[in-house]
Amino acid sequence: MLKDFFSKKRKYASIPREEAKQDIPQGLMQKCNNCQKIFYRKEMIKNLNVCPNCGYHHQMPAYDRIDALFDEGTFEEWDKELTSANPLGFPGYEDKLEKDRQKTDLNEAIVTGSGSIEGKKASVAVMDSRFRMGSMGSVVGEKIARAIEKAGEQSLPFIIFTASGGARMQEGVLSLMQMSKTSVAIQRFSANGGLMVSIMTNPTTGGVSASFASLGDYNFAEPGALIGFAGRRIIEQTIRENLPDDFQTAEFQLEHGQLDKVIARHDIKHTLSTLLDIHQSRGGVS
Amino acid sequence: MKQVLEFEKPVVELREKIAELKSFTKGSEIDLTDEITTLEKRLENLENDIYENLKPWDRVQIARHSERPTTLDYIESLFTDFLEFHGDRLFGDDEAIVAGIAKFNEMPVTVIGHQRGKETKENIRRSFGMPHPEGYRKALRHMKQAEKFRRPVICFIDTKGAYPGKAAEERGQSEAIARNLMEMAGLQVPIICVVIGEGGSGGALALGVGDKIHMLENSTYSVISPEGAAALLWKDSGQAQRAAETMKITSYDLKELDVIDEIIQEVRGGAHRDIKQQAEYIGKVLADSLNELGALTKEELLEKRWEKYKQIGDYTEMEPQ
Ligand SMILES: [Zn+2]
Repeated sequence: MLKDFFSKKRKYASIPREEAKQDIPQGLMQKCNNCQKIFYRKEMIKNLNVCPNCGYHHQMPAYDRIDALFDEGTFEEWDKELTSANPLGFPGYEDKLEKDRQKTDLNEAIVTGSGSIEGKKASVAVMDSRFRMGSMGSVVGEKIARAIEKAGEQSLPFIIFTASGGARMQEGVLSLMQMSKTSVAIQRFSANGGLMVSIMTNPTTGGVSASFASLGDYNFAEPGALIGFAGRRIIEQTIRENLPDDFQTAEFQLEHGQLDKVIARHDIKHTLSTLLDIHQSRGGVS
Repeated sequence: MKQVLEFEKPVVELREKIAELKSFTKGSEIDLTDEITTLEKRLENLENDIYENLKPWDRVQIARHSERPTTLDYIESLFTDFLEFHGDRLFGDDEAIVAGIAKFNEMPVTVIGHQRGKETKENIRRSFGMPHPEGYRKALRHMKQAEKFRRPVICFIDTKGAYPGKAAEERGQSEAIARNLMEMAGLQVPIICVVIGEGGSGGALALGVGDKIHMLENSTYSVISPEGAAALLWKDSGQAQRAAETMKITSYDLKELDVIDEIIQEVRGGAHRDIKQQAEYIGKVLADSLNELGALTKEELLEKRWEKYKQIGDYTEMEPQ
């Protein structure tokens, strides 16, 4: 999956194919999307897909994220068997899904389950932007809703890592309605005192940004993550001006009061652990 | 000059021809009664044929008709004692959303809706009915007040989407929409949503979580505009007509997909043909919904709301391996 780690720009860069191959043998080396420095893939993975040189946070496959988050051997997956149907009879949708299943080894754009973080049990939902750009269809909505319900039943905190371009076009209005479905689930969970933490990773936009991603008791983001509702291009067309480079980055959202904190990937586990500790038995007031 | 929609042109042309013949025969020796009767019969058939078989794209055009009744039109026809109130108490007043209190059949209600303008100047003032965060926060303020004073909430949905602007993003467009979804999910009074024009994406949904979701027959509700979908899927916004069919955005589609409760009949040719009559059709459905929901306890109401949303979606569950 080496090529997945290159940004679009680099894919079409002027380096001749042969030369590029020599530069970075398939599977062994990885080039940073930001500073273009080349590293051993092993080194990059060990560093949680964060560039050892410039600190750029590359995308993180869902299971890698889970491995990095939970104490070894504690993760139990939920609802893995849920797969997308084709409710609108959308031409070519099934093929696209199958291709992404092959490519990613995932059934859908999200993995849910529970495990322990430094000894504290929590439920989790992790989105994976390699699958249909992490877009939200019926399965993503259903798995989130089920995970939240189960978290409520088991009195577990609910942590979600978002990575999504928004709604899944091929499921039309049903994908839009997953925004309400997940929000109703969160409301019920929250009204019963449930703790929800949202960690927005690159990218978190559109309908995902405008629903569960923004509904945590605490909303965090990874450095440099793109976070926003409307796309940059449509905004530029509407207001007829160019937007600053840092527009809709995690740092921009923090500055505008939309986030509790920007947390580097290496610090997420420990921060969550501390946060869960403070929320043991759902707060100190009886 | 009334706006003539593409698909209605044959009807309008025939109607004009008949009128022409009639005025020609007036004060003339020639008797064209038979011809005129024939043409009138043909007009009736043509009208039936066109209006009873509207295609998705025809409905999109009706939903976007320049004279299509807006939230304020329906408020005027359906409610008494309407008092409009302004502002979100945080930043400003967004006129892309109107909100206030009124009476419906003597019952106190809170009314909220997207508001487009009828001409350019008003449209600019109202951002073409595309709200900023302060619009959604104004709506939320009114909903919480409705909850406090135990009034049902009625929402009219009519927007192309939330306003895509720099300031809107800076002030938390995502958070404002998400917050409304969650707060509406838990609001302890009945919420009835009626899509009256275009229901576009998250910007529509932010007034759209409720116990009843109804759609006017010729309104649309979609995750993206047909033009946007065409550009995204086929790199050609000119294929909007095809996208309108593929994306399943009409009231009949949404009923079929189990997303909405009722399709509200429209005046033939579109709501703009007769606002009073259209308001009556809406009023009847509102009264039924209010009756039904009014009989539920708070707990029952919220439980049913969850059940309603829980079932939305379509997926396959394989046998675990
Ligand atoms: Zn780097």
